[in-house]
Amino acid sequence: MVTAPASVPYERYSPEPAHWWLARVLSDLGKQSGLGADDVDGLCVSSFTLFPDTAAGLTQHFGLTPRWLDHVPTGGASGVITLRRAARAVQSGDASVVACISGDTNHVDSFRAMLTTFSRFSQDASYPYGSGGPNGSFSLMTSRYMDAYGVKREDFGKLCVAQRDNALKYPHAMMKKPLTLDEYMSARLIADPIVLYDCVMPCAGAEAYLVMREEDARAQNLPYAHILSTVERHNSYPDDPVQIRGGWALDKDEFWSMAGISPGDVDLLQTYDDYPVISAMQMEDLGFCEKGSVSEFIQSNTFTYDGTFPHNTSGGQLSVGQAGAAGGFLGLVEAIRQLTGGAEQNAVPDAQYAAVSGFGIINFDRGLCSGAAILGRT
Amino acid sequence: MTDALKRPPKKDPQKRTNSPTLPPYARSRKAIAFTLAAAEGRFALQVCAECEHVTYPAREVCPKCWSMELEWRDIPDGGKLISETTLRTSVNSYFRERMPWRIGTIQLDAGPTVLAHIHGDVGEFERVRMIARTDKSGQGVMLALPEKETPNMADDRQLRALTCNPKYRRALVTDGRTELGQRMVKALADAGATRIFVGIAEKWRPYEGSEALEAIPGVEIMPLDITDTISVNELAAEMGDKADILINTAEYVRPGSVMQRHGVTLARDEMETNYFGLMRLIQAFGPGMKARGADGDNSACAWVNLLSVYSLSNWPVYGTTSASQAAALSLSQCLRGEFAGSGVKVINVLFGPLEESWRQPLPPPKVTPQRLADTVIHALTQGIENVTLGPVAEDVVRRYKEDPFVLERELTQINQGM
Ligand SMILES: [Zn+2]
Repeated sequence: MVTAPASVPYERYSPEPAHWWLARVLSDLGKQSGLGADDVDGLCVSSFTLFPDTAAGLTQHFGLTPRWLDHVPTGGASGVITLRRAARAVQSGDASVVACISGDTNHVDSFRAMLTTFSRFSQDASYPYGSGGPNGSFSLMTSRYMDAYGVKREDFGKLCVAQRDNALKYPHAMMKKPLTLDEYMSARLIADPIVLYDCVMPCAGAEAYLVMREEDARAQNLPYAHILSTVERHNSYPDDPVQIRGGWALDKDEFWSMAGISPGDVDLLQTYDDYPVISAMQMEDLGFCEKGSVSEFIQSNTFTYDGTFPHNTSGGQLSVGQAGAAGGFLGLVEAIRQLTGGAEQNAVPDAQYAAVSGFGIINFDRGLCSGAAILGRT
Repeated sequence: MTDALKRPPKKDPQKRTNSPTLPPYARSRKAIAFTLAAAEGRFALQVCAECEHVTYPAREVCPKCWSMELEWRDIPDGGKLISETTLRTSVNSYFRERMPWRIGTIQLDAGPTVLAHIHGDVGEFERVRMIARTDKSGQGVMLALPEKETPNMADDRQLRALTCNPKYRRALVTDGRTELGQRMVKALADAGATRIFVGIAEKWRPYEGSEALEAIPGVEIMPLDITDTISVNELAAEMGDKADILINTAEYVRPGSVMQRHGVTLARDEMETNYFGLMRLIQAFGPGMKARGADGDNSACAWVNLLSVYSLSNWPVYGTTSASQAAALSLSQCLRGEFAGSGVKVINVLFGPLEESWRQPLPPPKVTPQRLADTVIHALTQGIENVTLGPVAEDVVRRYKEDPFVLERELTQINQGM
């Protein structure tokens, strides 16, 4: 079971190290759950900027003596994958209460510094070509995807505008101004066809949640959600010349049969949205619509928290900001909030089932890691 | 169609010269082999020796069969542009100064898809021809060219960033007395160099071809004796800030092994020109060129050394000359290290026996001065740093790459002309 969603308000730039952000979210987690260092016997961490430390060093820093420890390096897929690992640990008895924490700092120059050393393949084969970072990689994916499936900029715009509407009801969002489709369509180009509003704003922040058995959550009087199904996949479809589908497409049958529900039963979807193209891809590859029909799907739905297909109900990274690896936790933590009565102004009415998906690590020309989870209200 | 490059305006002396910013230079150790191929103007990727799979980016193991035997081989340079973008922002200062910048995904005929710089004349979804070249950081990168020649193709700014094109640049040729020097000057003029400074030692001494040389447009005859430090420094003081390309055509060649010589007088003369002469030139012209590596369309861009292929391994028939050439080659490597990060390339042309009087007794095949001059222009316009010219040089370089110690044995065994 999963409980105690915690989000630390983001900051555009922070002089504090990643350790501070992780400490802050752990502290919030403790306050929210009433649990402390003696109760938590499992720790799972996801962070890009924690160097030179890893999860191991944090145990001493945070006064923990866990019997289960993991450090998940899958970036935007880390929320779902951390959940999957932690749940297995609890299920098999390796741990009772696992704190899953993710956070990154953002110093004035740290985004550039992270790009220069992100991966060996990007260092050798993508960064020297214009150093556009993810903007470059995603613009190539976006343009290929639009050509292949007839998706239009208006479609992406509709997703971005709905997320901004959602963000206006989420107090921690960095973007507080409304966005119109006209503004989206006439926005400044960043890397054709990607415009300003297709890109996330790098910032500092942290997200966290707890995984434990149902009886432990009940004993602690914590509202919780069930985990119905999880999948993960890495380096899927390596021979596709440009990425226009992700690992979800390989795993979707198992994903839905494990959950015992169908896509139509889902009340809200949290996709990984560092660019809208990837949200559209997740909608297709998870089976919410047929491959190639996402343009129609977007046109025939509304995506605000009170719409026909509530999507990225906190505003997603596009409107909340991207706090490094915590961007991979944002959707999951929001889904837990929605299912445990924690969501306020942006609450999806009567939400029973939430789907969460993750996508991460642009190692060279494509995202390698994908994952998804279904959570259910108790 | 590429807009024709315009002649750069005269420089305002009050204006600050831009400091060279650089594209990213960090690479894995495996990727350095790609840089070497790019420096030689070859398009090479790793090919699995066991299953023939072509792989990219550089790996340690074949992703298809897990063989560790990945060999860098020249591969077909054809491909197709399947997705493209124009970057309008970058986190890197070099690119930020040059926005917008076009990149794209190329599906290579050889198999892999790669990310590359894209020439402005490549149309959407068109077929392309790939080249690999060293960039301003000295590291190998790929550029996709239109499959067929287009008007003003060489003037494309993303291509020109990888080359040392003489068009609208100013060059210094260090010795204009020889046929080689004169053909070099003519070839530079034909390639669009605007001013060509030609060094002549002891100007009062007549030499063959002087009238034709002086008649070449843009030529300015300058007093220069590279065996004389004062002469070199005086010339650098006069025109050193206008040397965009320096081609060292001065050489001193005499047949003979060590035991065929008496004393060190001749060997000293060889060293004065081939080694100390180069050193004087570097000391006088190197710092100025290094500072002007990002100075607009006529930035300093290339230092060209012409070296006997026996600089790689001694050939006793020209034993002491080989030794002085080896010293010069070593110095050129030092220069490459000193120019690293400046945007100025060191181009080394290794050539076999040249058609000129001091090598007259050598049997063919030989390299004509015209061929050597044309090769230098090709290297400049293509931005190639390591060039091997002529069948003899190609043969020696191939054997050198296979095993330099075996080559040494071969060149020094009985009946190698001694
Ligand atoms: Zn293989």
